[in-house]
Amino acid sequence: MSYMAKFRIWRGDDTDGGLVDFDVEVNEGEVVLDIIHRLQATAAPDLAVRWNCKAGKCGSCSAEVNGKPRLMCMTRMSTFAEDEVVSVTPLRTFPVIKDLVTDVSFNYEKAREVPAFAPPVGVEPGDYRMEQVDVQRSQEFRKCIECFLCQNTCHAIRDHEENKQSFAGPRFFIRLAELDMHPLDAKDRRREAQDEHGLGLCNITKCCTEVCPEHIKITDNAIIPMKERVVDVKFDPIKKLLKLTKPGD
Amino acid sequence: MSQIERHTYDVVVIGAGGAGLRAAIEARAQGKRVAIISKSLFGKAHTVMAEGGIAAAMGNVNSNDNWQVHFRDTMRGGKFLNNYRMAELHAKEAPQRVWELETYGALFDRTKDGKISQRNFGGHEYPRLAHVGDRTGLELIRTLQQKIVSLQQDDYAASGDFESHIKVFAELAITDLLLDESSSQPRVAGCFGYYRETGDFVVFEAPAVVLATGGIGKSFKVTSNSWEYTGDGHALAIRAGSTLVNMEFVQFHPTGMVWPPSVKGILVTESVRGDGGVLRNSEGRRFMFDYIPDVFKKQYATTEEEADRWYTDPDNNKRPPELLPRDEVARAINSEVKAGRGSPHGGVFLDVSSRLTPEQIKSKLPSMYHQFKELAGVDITAEPMEVGPTCHYVMGGVEVDADSQGAVGVVGLFAAGEVGGGLHGSNRLGGNSLSDLLVFGRRAGAAAAEYVAALPSAPKVSDASVDRAARHALAPFEAAGGENPYTIHAELQQTMNDLVGIIRNGNELAAALERLEQFKQRVARVSVTGGRAFNPGWHLALDLQNLLLVSECLARSALMREESRGGHTRDDFPAMSPQWRQVSLICRMADGRIDVTKQSTPTIPNELLSLFDVSELQKYFTEAELTGVAGGSQA
Repeated sequence: MSYMAKFRIWRGDDTDGGLVDFDVEVNEGEVVLDIIHRLQATAAPDLAVRWNCKAGKCGSCSAEVNGKPRLMCMTRMSTFAEDEVVSVTPLRTFPVIKDLVTDVSFNYEKAREVPAFAPPVGVEPGDYRMEQVDVQRSQEFRKCIECFLCQNTCHAIRDHEENKQSFAGPRFFIRLAELDMHPLDAKDRRREAQDEHGLGLCNITKCCTEVCPEHIKITDNAIIPMKERVVDVKFDPIKKLLKLTKPGD
Repeated sequence: MSQIERHTYDVVVIGAGGAGLRAAIEARAQGKRVAIISKSLFGKAHTVMAEGGIAAAMGNVNSNDNWQVHFRDTMRGGKFLNNYRMAELHAKEAPQRVWELETYGALFDRTKDGKISQRNFGGHEYPRLAHVGDRTGLELIRTLQQKIVSLQQDDYAASGDFESHIKVFAELAITDLLLDESSSQPRVAGCFGYYRETGDFVVFEAPAVVLATGGIGKSFKVTSNSWEYTGDGHALAIRAGSTLVNMEFVQFHPTGMVWPPSVKGILVTESVRGDGGVLRNSEGRRFMFDYIPDVFKKQYATTEEEADRWYTDPDNNKRPPELLPRDEVARAINSEVKAGRGSPHGGVFLDVSSRLTPEQIKSKLPSMYHQFKELAGVDITAEPMEVGPTCHYVMGGVEVDADSQGAVGVVGLFAAGEVGGGLHGSNRLGGNSLSDLLVFGRRAGAAAAEYVAALPSAPKVSDASVDRAARHALAPFEAAGGENPYTIHAELQQTMNDLVGIIRNGNELAAALERLEQFKQRVARVSVTGGRAFNPGWHLALDLQNLLLVSECLARSALMREESRGGHTRDDFPAMSPQWRQVSLICRMADGRIDVTKQSTPTIPNELLSLFDVSELQKYFTEAELTGVAGGSQA
């Protein structure tokens, strides 16, 4: 059942680094994170990696496995051929700290820029009433485990560092959609989605949806509906017509 | 040591799970400046692993539910060793704490009339657990995380600085509490730690510290707990002069994954059973009917027919025995496997596929469906799961005052959540952990704020104590040629699993203590390679000291308690003893050694005892204790 696998792991820090080869034992049923842990316990005790739950629930162990953004704990070794070289590299969109650990503070800064849930005025705790069918839409987005794989894969920032300032990324588009679709949220978030968070920069290539380990339909259920809602408020043809007929406005 | 980064706060909360965040929110609400210290990234705490729900007697699904019933269930589940006052506060305040989460933006599953839905769980008389599918912990942590952010947004609006009142220090580990050396009794002055990212040291000067560090599961080989659960708060507290109570009580969750080996121990939520899942052995028998203990005979169905009727008509039928408290189910599974009636990979079968439709399973248990599909290649809508016990929770913890969560023995120190002891007695009911975090997190935050407000002057951190802490943290780099920390950790976990596990006896516990002595010597000589920046080997070397300390507390207490109760089973003392119910075991540190002493449990007031049928109390209490209780013997 066991075999020796060839791993190629990026090691280094923000100044320098490169791929290092390891031969390492693999046993039945193991995932990539198990192999990283075996390397820590044997050949590379100081190999830096983030992980917590090892069950796909916390979103800590994000990395690129053979170039694909993945949770290491949910990537089974049985998906690779035994003679295949498995490469593990840090998320490319964020600056490296050490080995497989990157600086994901970008995401925490963006989180702060999304205004929080605005509780309905005059509704006491315990008196909130919502239908299951209405909360379900937002619940899909609240499944997000903040692994930031969608942020990492989104080419609007992966290939365009300059967009980071003005683009919140898919994780925060679903946050905006979640709040906008919350049955009791008292705030309108449509203008801000477009003006402050760069929703318009997304050209719906669905890369984020593809990498989401929670299978959230980021593009279809959050981004596209948000774009449609933004159109409703920002590009209302009747209002536009009214504006045109009022010269000097 | 003047180059060490220093911060001054009113309250430092160590731990960023449910209890820590709720404590921080409360201290901030009282106007205090708060630091939240997280060993991981913000939002990754172990709370995220909780699946089934938050227990709160809101009565949304069955209006017969109220705090008295919840209190009763909690005491029964803990076999009456619980700190009764904590159990009372918990049952009374949990509904408020859950409703409050909705005002922070939480979205729970709903009942038909739009209220928060509640589900059945082991040991709870009525459907009581507020939930979001099987990812309730994620909802809790995200909601609290977003509440913290919203408070920071308020602060930004007021001061132009997001971090003027609450700052989250992510990936920072605390290695020592710093005490006020001018004080005659131990008194908090701050704490000392390192940034995982850089290895740089940092000193927090703060008159109040709230420990919210969670549990100790990484002492065991088979566990549902993450790397963070290394008993840090327990160790910080006892080293600072506080005491730990009833550390022998460890919960082995009955249903962890057993295969493949790499996922052994990962949690399978109790909701599977709450929603109709049944346990069967290799002969196809629903064996839980054979394991209903005398004390629970009145509350559980004795035939499959009655048990099955209960799901649709709970008022006229008794509950299925799959929903007995966790300690009972875990022991039963252990016995079945030992008797040779286990599944191919050493567990038993948990089947929901023959009880619910695939659509129901995917909507009620989505993450279980994915977990088995992706990690084990098992489709739980079509075939049974294989499950077995896994170390899940420690009932024991820092001895605290029930109302304030103030730690015994150290002024200015508070503990909330899993690191605190008392609420759950000898066994915790599922769902009572998330409510514990909220109720006592809030109480600890409030009490810490009040303590700081009443303080005439802040205690001082001495340079000498900072120097000592720095030397302590760097020691693993000094020892050359010592052992690899990973090897020692693996052996420690194996020892605890083999000798201090789900079924214990005096000989094995004595053997465990001998081995722990050897581990102490080895841990003292452990050496690490590499530099200080994000070096997991170094981090583990420091965590190992904490693991070893809590393991010793656990084994010593387990050896002393000569009875079986809840999460402590001795095959050489199989009976539960009313005399031992009157005893708490207290661990403290004296001259570098762990001392365990007996302490009387407080007398439960009659108004709380009278919530029970006296015939039930007679199974747990001595006759003398029931004197004067309605229906009890008259003196």
